[in-house]
Amino acid sequence: MAVWRAARERFPVVAFSIALLAAWEAAVRLLDVPKYLLPAPSGILNALIASMATLVAVHTPVTLAEAGVGLLMALAAGVVTGGAVHAFPLARRTVYPLLVVSQTVPVMVLAPLLVIWFGYGALPKLLLVAIACYFPIAVAVVDGLDSADAGMLKLLRSMGARPWQQFIMVKVPAALSSLFTGLRVAASYAVMAAVVAEWMGAEAGLGTFIVRSAHSFRTEHVFAGIVLVSLYSVGLFVVVDAVRRRALPWEIYLREDTWHRQDSQHRAPVEYPSQGGSWE
Amino acid sequence: MAKLSVRQLTKAYVERGRRLPVLNAVSFEAHAGEFVAVIGPSGCGKSTLFEIVCGLLAADAGTVEVDGEQVMGRPGWVAYMPQDDLLFPWRRLIDNVIVPLEIKGMRKEAARARALEWLPVFGLAGFEEAYPSQLSGGMRKRAALLRTFLTERDIVALDEPFGALDAHTRRKMHSWLADVHARLGRTILLITHDVEEALVLADRVIVLSRRPARVVFELAVDLPRPRDVLSPAFAAFKGALLERLADGKEGIASPVPDGVGPPWAVRLPATEGGGKR
Repeated sequence: MAVWRAARERFPVVAFSIALLAAWEAAVRLLDVPKYLLPAPSGILNALIASMATLVAVHTPVTLAEAGVGLLMALAAGVVTGGAVHAFPLARRTVYPLLVVSQTVPVMVLAPLLVIWFGYGALPKLLLVAIACYFPIAVAVVDGLDSADAGMLKLLRSMGARPWQQFIMVKVPAALSSLFTGLRVAASYAVMAAVVAEWMGAEAGLGTFIVRSAHSFRTEHVFAGIVLVSLYSVGLFVVVDAVRRRALPWEIYLREDTWHRQDSQHRAPVEYPSQGGSWE
Repeated sequence: MAKLSVRQLTKAYVERGRRLPVLNAVSFEAHAGEFVAVIGPSGCGKSTLFEIVCGLLAADAGTVEVDGEQVMGRPGWVAYMPQDDLLFPWRRLIDNVIVPLEIKGMRKEAARARALEWLPVFGLAGFEEAYPSQLSGGMRKRAALLRTFLTERDIVALDEPFGALDAHTRRKMHSWLADVHARLGRTILLITHDVEEALVLADRVIVLSRRPARVVFELAVDLPRPRDVLSPAFAAFKGALLERLADGKEGIASPVPDGVGPPWAVRLPATEGGGKR
């Protein structure tokens, strides 16, 4: 039932995508577009299959490792500095404004600078990914900690809770939702930043593959690289979402709650147990 | 000696250089096991009064004593239930109600075991694994009340606990709370703006004036329990209370002396100048 509904909901976008690809294929064939300019989807698929072995064995591990490790570095740095900004008023007045403003700087322009400083090894790639992912995470941590419900904190205080108990019981859980939202944005930056860093020069990686293919006008291979980069980006996004569902199991009920509020007949699972009847 | 004794509490907020007086020498007492309702116009400073009683806020002048001990500005003496249930959405019901026990340093397993015994009394048996968003409004209120009772203080302060509920659920919560009070024997302070709620539940009703709040008068509710809102005596109390709220005269209301007037008449100190509205 649920599967059927999900399939029916997604049907339009799937059908539309197939129609777009078919139009693309037909246009390329009918107009006889040279394949170094715009290859047909079938040509891209062929190129993808032909170079699948090297793409998966050589280039993918490098790029995914850069993206994953860089993202984790950003997570560690973001949580520490976000926590510090929340806890120390001086840090909030000095560091935080810079954090917010620097979010508007496109960090990709730092790539050449990182090459000058750190050469062509793995470090500049990790750093670029980490920098790109750091800002959304750090800001999300500060926002999350700040958004902790004042009433809940007051309630804990009335029970005699110490500041660290208030932090553990309310602020941290309140910040987790926000952290994962930031992490999702960061995940979509991570693969992109790794690919851009590889353009500056690298032994292997999807960015390297794309640039090399472009230099020899193997455009269908460029597209094959783009397809994989997109897939991995989506994949990382899905992984973050899966971790979020495991880490924040209550959120699904919150969503259900808002869903059922529109449709109150199906309100979540509550029915009074028989022994509670006399109280209700 | 009174369980809780509030004397001459005065409090003003200072906002942009302007002084906004909120409480003006508020005094009252609550005896052990007594149910006291505090009623007054909205925005009169009731919540401020409760925050002071619960030690969350210090008054400018006056004292708060529990069992004769000065507790002003020291939280942890009076169990506090704010207007919103403030259940933590990330905790299951059982882990929400054990929060006060955890704060006191009790191990989670022991705290859960203790809370489980109370779930049936609060009509929550079988729901210990539910998240707050899965519960109905009435159940959330009862969970918040259980959490308040598990702070294991002799005095419980409830700030308009049933304000957001529909009339039907609220009425059920009233009879349920009256029952819990009879069983557990805690001293309960209840803020409300609902005259009927105050009369259904309380042994004594304290009426506050507009801001800055002071105690206008007290009414001892000498009605048998369970209270019948449809009885003439209840209606007489309600009428008298509403009238006093409207004319704002001060004094202590007394129950009817035996054999004077009809049994439901409520004798209040004479209102000089007649009963204008």
